Amino acid sequence: MDAAPAVLEARNLRVGFRIPGGTMRAVDGVSFALRQGETLGLVGESGSGKTMTSLALLRLLESPPAELAAEAILFEGRDLLRLSEGAMADLRGARLSMIFQEPMTSLNPLMAIGRQIDEPLVTHLGLSARAARARTLDLLARVGIARPEQAVRAYPHQLSGGMRQRVMIAIALACRPAVLIADEPTTALDVTVQAQILALLRTLQEEMGTAILLITHDLAVIAETAHRVAVMYAGRIVETGPVAALFARPLHPYTEGLLRSIPRISRVREATLPEIPGVVPAPGQLPAGCAFAARCGFADDACHATRPVLTPSGEGREVACWKPRHG
Amino acid sequence: MRVGVWGRFRRHPLAVFGFVTVAVLCLAALFSPFIAPHDPLLLDTSRRFVAPFARAGFVLGTDELGRDTLSRLLYGGRISLTVGLVAMVTTVVTGAVIGLLAGYLGGLIDTLLMRFVDTMLCFPQIFLLLVIAAFVPPSLISIALIIGLTSWMEVSRIVRAEILHLKEQDFVQAARALGASGGRIMFQELLPNIAAPLLVAATLRVASAVLAESYISYLGYGVQPPLASWGNMLTNAQGYFDTVPWLAILPGAMITLTVMGFNFLGDGLRDALDPRLRMDK
Repeated sequence: MDAAPAVLEARNLRVGFRIPGGTMRAVDGVSFALRQGETLGLVGESGSGKTMTSLALLRLLESPPAELAAEAILFEGRDLLRLSEGAMADLRGARLSMIFQEPMTSLNPLMAIGRQIDEPLVTHLGLSARAARARTLDLLARVGIARPEQAVRAYPHQLSGGMRQRVMIAIALACRPAVLIADEPTTALDVTVQAQILALLRTLQEEMGTAILLITHDLAVIAETAHRVAVMYAGRIVETGPVAALFARPLHPYTEGLLRSIPRISRVREATLPEIPGVVPAPGQLPAGCAFAARCGFADDACHATRPVLTPSGEGREVACWKPRHG
Repeated sequence: MRVGVWGRFRRHPLAVFGFVTVAVLCLAALFSPFIAPHDPLLLDTSRRFVAPFARAGFVLGTDELGRDTLSRLLYGGRISLTVGLVAMVTTVVTGAVIGLLAGYLGGLIDTLLMRFVDTMLCFPQIFLLLVIAAFVPPSLISIALIIGLTSWMEVSRIVRAEILHLKEQDFVQAARALGASGGRIMFQELLPNIAAPLLVAATLRVASAVLAESYISYLGYGVQPPLASWGNMLTNAQGYFDTVPWLAILPGAMITLTVMGFNFLGDGLRDALDPRLRMDK
């Protein structure tokens, strides 16, 4: 896995919103590399900047009010920040695709499924209507939709949530993109359908060699699907590393807290579920030191005073903490 | 229970009344050459001011020049409805394009377009109509265009409001994430999704355009004699109102009926297409 080259690399990505009396930083210096064919999980609580990061990568944030800055966002050797809006639109859906959290509302309600899948094939790959339709039928079969010939004529309201997410996946992968950003792809679905969709993503990834940036707040989804994981807290990545190692031996107290607060069926009934005290600080009210210090049981004066940066700690892992656990 | 748009429409008695009225009026206008018993322009001073039902062959009587009122009403309806429909199309196209651009592009373009709308709305429509009509030689098309181009502002506001709401929807965001261009999003993703409010607005616009045509014709700037429109039939009738009131009552009743028909139809469509009721589709 280490040998594969990075297809998408963000260096020091920052997203801010101008508000009266200053700038609110939603994403504050995020760097990561996504390698060919791998799944990188981006995990964090609501408001930690996961979705902002994904929208920023595709340059979908409306500016103003959003302000996007980065050293570079390298995609297949090109810096996305330097591309024109037209060149960016050519990449979106073709080389760099995205699926969203809400399959119920992410499809155009007035257009038949078939046409919605044909479209990127016609606009990005220049296929004829007939060739596109043949590809569409094949794609629908591959995402596990029975009787594709009938499904192409269906409208979104005639399909279930799981079916719609399968259609969204078909649209997003129609042009065999190098990178798929999946923003909470299974959050709106029930658990059995969720497992099917994740399995489908894995299968298609193996077939097409697509790299997936999987954004979720659900650690179980990460454990099941991702190769590596990056944990976000208050707009920054606090820990990153291979999934197995990180889950077995979390280094950052926040990661440890997250893992401890997963309900387990084996746990004694009376015992209360451990939680992390306090709440995520609002962007714009970040302390000078570690953003997690106020909620951390191990913090001392140094933690409150200076902000830790991501530092390598062996086994391809990095952590931003003055007092890493298990260290 | 599953009730479609048509099902809800049918249960609305006024909507059905509006639909039937509009259908009958349109058919009558379309086939007026075959239905009309006489040439609407044929003068015959030997039979002036025949009262309705007073003489065989002239069911609704004759006017001050002996022309058959029923024939004139039918041909007049043709003109009034044509003007109404052409004006409606002008209104809806202009309003939709301006609303779409303002709502989707936002920013400075939105501000400029909407301030222009505000400016246009500062003047009463009748004032705009008469000023422009005084300079443009009256013809059916010019009257329809003038009416259309002075009444699109309301439609553009409706469209803009719908677009502002719609463009935040997930599927529009998804279309952008999949590489759709601005034009494609506007005309393929957004426009079809505002078809319902646009259809309602269009229906109501026909009613007000018919009304507008009648009052500019009544004031002498619209459809020119001897061509009949309901508006200029009223103008001719005002000199004889105390002695032969039916000459004014009949075209007046037609205008009222048309305006009411289109308004009821529009209201019925609005209720039937209400998105809050559409869940069960």
